[in-house]
Amino acid sequence: MATGIRDKVAILGMGCSKFGERWDREADDLIVEAFEEGLKDAGIDRNQINAAWFSTAIEEVHVGKSGVPLAVALRLPYIPVTRVENYCASGTESFRGAVYAVASGAADIALALGVEKLKDTGYGGLPQRNRGVLQSMHWANLSAPGSFAQLASAYQTKHGVKREELKRAMAQISVKSHDNGAKNPKAHLQKRIDIDTVLNAPMVADPLGLFDCCGVSDGSACAIVTTPEIARSLGKKDLVTVKALQLSVSNGVESSHNSWDGSYFMTTRKASERAYKEAGISNPREQISMFECHDCFSITELVTMEDLYLSKEGGAWKDVLDGMYNADGKIPCQIDGGLKCFGHPIGASGLRMLYEMYGQILGRAGPRQLKNPVFGMTHNLGGFPHQNVSSVAIVGRQDA
Amino acid sequence: MVGIVGYGGYVPRLRLQRKAVVQANSWFNPGLKAYAKGERAMCNWDEDSLTMAVEAARDCLGACQANDLRAVYFASTSMPFADRQNAGILSTALALGENLSTLDITSSQRAGTSGLITALNAQTGIGGQLLYATADKRRTKAASQQELLFGDGAAAFLLGASGTVADLLGWHQVAIDFVDHYRGENEEFDYTWEERWIRDEGYLKIVPRALKGLFDKTGLKGEQVDRFIMPCVLRGVPEGIAKRAGIGEAAVANQLQEVMGESGAAHALVMLSDALQAARPGETIVLIGWGQGCDVLAFRTTPAIAGASKPRGIKGYLARRKEETNYSKFLAFNDLVTREKGLRSEVDKQTPLTTLYRKKDMLLAMMGGKCRVCGTVQFPKANVCVNPNCGAFHSQDDHPFADTPAKIQSWTADQLTYSPDPPAYCGMVVFDEGGRFMSDFTDMDADKANTGQKMRMVFRIKEHDDARGFTKYFWKATPAY
Repeated sequence: MATGIRDKVAILGMGCSKFGERWDREADDLIVEAFEEGLKDAGIDRNQINAAWFSTAIEEVHVGKSGVPLAVALRLPYIPVTRVENYCASGTESFRGAVYAVASGAADIALALGVEKLKDTGYGGLPQRNRGVLQSMHWANLSAPGSFAQLASAYQTKHGVKREELKRAMAQISVKSHDNGAKNPKAHLQKRIDIDTVLNAPMVADPLGLFDCCGVSDGSACAIVTTPEIARSLGKKDLVTVKALQLSVSNGVESSHNSWDGSYFMTTRKASERAYKEAGISNPREQISMFECHDCFSITELVTMEDLYLSKEGGAWKDVLDGMYNADGKIPCQIDGGLKCFGHPIGASGLRMLYEMYGQILGRAGPRQLKNPVFGMTHNLGGFPHQNVSSVAIVGRQDA
Repeated sequence: MVGIVGYGGYVPRLRLQRKAVVQANSWFNPGLKAYAKGERAMCNWDEDSLTMAVEAARDCLGACQANDLRAVYFASTSMPFADRQNAGILSTALALGENLSTLDITSSQRAGTSGLITALNAQTGIGGQLLYATADKRRTKAASQQELLFGDGAAAFLLGASGTVADLLGWHQVAIDFVDHYRGENEEFDYTWEERWIRDEGYLKIVPRALKGLFDKTGLKGEQVDRFIMPCVLRGVPEGIAKRAGIGEAAVANQLQEVMGESGAAHALVMLSDALQAARPGETIVLIGWGQGCDVLAFRTTPAIAGASKPRGIKGYLARRKEETNYSKFLAFNDLVTREKGLRSEVDKQTPLTTLYRKKDMLLAMMGGKCRVCGTVQFPKANVCVNPNCGAFHSQDDHPFADTPAKIQSWTADQLTYSPDPPAYCGMVVFDEGGRFMSDFTDMDADKANTGQKMRMVFRIKEHDDARGFTKYFWKATPAY
């Protein structure tokens, strides 16, 4: 019987580039920026890395396919490098690959690195791309905000929430993230905003206004992982270990079968249930110290709080307005500013979230530092509400 | 006796207000002010002759019983494909199977009536029933008289030798290369000669000759004609011709000029469809088709027309209308102005014809699947049943969704994605009998964007691949009507 990943792998070091419109940087520049920090943190030599996982999602046009762009950028010594792509969960997928490699004993030290260079398109928003030969002939003409916006109409209907109430809670989600992002020098957007600015912003996809949407940026982040034993042998004392790594992928039921009501993420529920079990967490609302959820859009974050079982079903909008997820609330969410302020260089985002959880647990978060965090959770959601990939990762103090 | 078993029609919902056109253009051509009354039917950006023909055919087949369909003919001068049989797309969209004679009829404003004569005559050889559809989307130069006089529309008929609501009494054709206008190959627009000459030397001389031919063949007399259908944008001409032929003034059919405009090759049949909807048993209907000569057909309605179930028809579609006062939108939809579409519109839209062929029933006919094991209907049809409690392999038979009522479960109005008519409305539609899919919405109004809104599927343009001249079609949801 599977014993799960809990405490089998420790994070040796992490790095994260400045996220933003990096007009003066190529993808390989961003890779090196994140990697140099991670390598220094790990305190090892580049040649000690046995294997690498490399995540980049939609802008392979700029980065290139395969493991080659990473191996070339870092001049890795002919080690195995695997490129992974799993929509917006790609960054967490590279982490999963590296962690599993260490846990299996196939590698002593493994690297997970993600990068995305989105700002070479000539317009705002995610790059337009062909959805696939058949899909492009029948999929609805909708943007990313257009698909996620639909959670709102279904959520309102299901829970009897008024549009104005939901809009205000969604606005508070963005205000809270900007409050946090303003304290983070690596964030793309570092300005605070007020609720009226959010409510009065131009509409992108009804009911999502401009400030309900995360930014689009360039960025890279990485993790170097090893066994707790090797970490200690390398002189590491306060270890952050992996407690859970779960992934759930839609199988077409939400998009083709009438058992789903459109107001939540079937996948996130499955992934978080399994993650809590793997991590030995029985009461997430009390045990999770902080989390980074996939706030591509404010409404995504709102329903995800319920799908992660932190808010009661139909209750997240009230918890948000009550400040439960603010930096000084019960469970701070997007303490680094989230996708909202970092933007979403897809291949990097999952690792960027882990970077903050890792830094917080080690007490390195500066003005954002929370008091004594034990478990940090990250969540990615890629695709559409009706067909997606959801990852949930939990890291924590080794002794927790 | 061969004749019409059923009839249907379609008029696009948008009605461009002529005064909006005149306001925009009378600085250039003050003469346009004479045509400022009423409205013209205007295709939405995702409609064309083919999509209108599909709707007219659905209207027709929804009201009458097609039990031995053997042919599908389609007439238009504005077909989306010059070399890919449009009637074949029509029959595929209607899921009529492959054992059919299919034919496109085109190249003249007379195509509508000539095609009808051809189809009625072909019935003798082919037997059974024929579906005959005609449509025109009339593209004209901006600030032209035609822009105001023309409109978009379609009609469809089920033809056969039994169960008719109107029998063919006879027909006559004269072929004369009288060029009142023409559109050369690869030309976008018509080139038109002087109206007075067209009236005096054309209509007033040629139509009476054709009528005489019909009367000679059938023994019919003018005073027996109850409905005289003659599309003509020149005012007073049908009335003058009717009078000279002994046809009563009251018999001259309304041109529908004020409410939709003249729909080209389809218009005589749009008027015929409209007339049949109002007709009682025993009426004699004479139909004129004009263009490089003249077609004349005579029908007599049968007792069956009284009890026949009526389609929505031209009358119903004329009532389903939305006023459009934005002339700029009309120019944009008809590609009469170069718009800044933005970089987002630049994604390559090539259609792999291999994929299209493999999935033609899914894409063109909205064919899904029904699981033989658990009965779950689903779209698209798949190898493995989507019911989480079933999951049977290779268990699905074809199941059509095009005519299945649906409701909105979730929706948005997307301002970000490129759309010729932003915002792009779309959402999850849930079919009443099971099955769902994320669908584009069309003919959508903001007050209809609600969960629970009843929807109906319609065959529309998905997008244009301008680089290759290819039009992609698929089905969209529209508020039920």
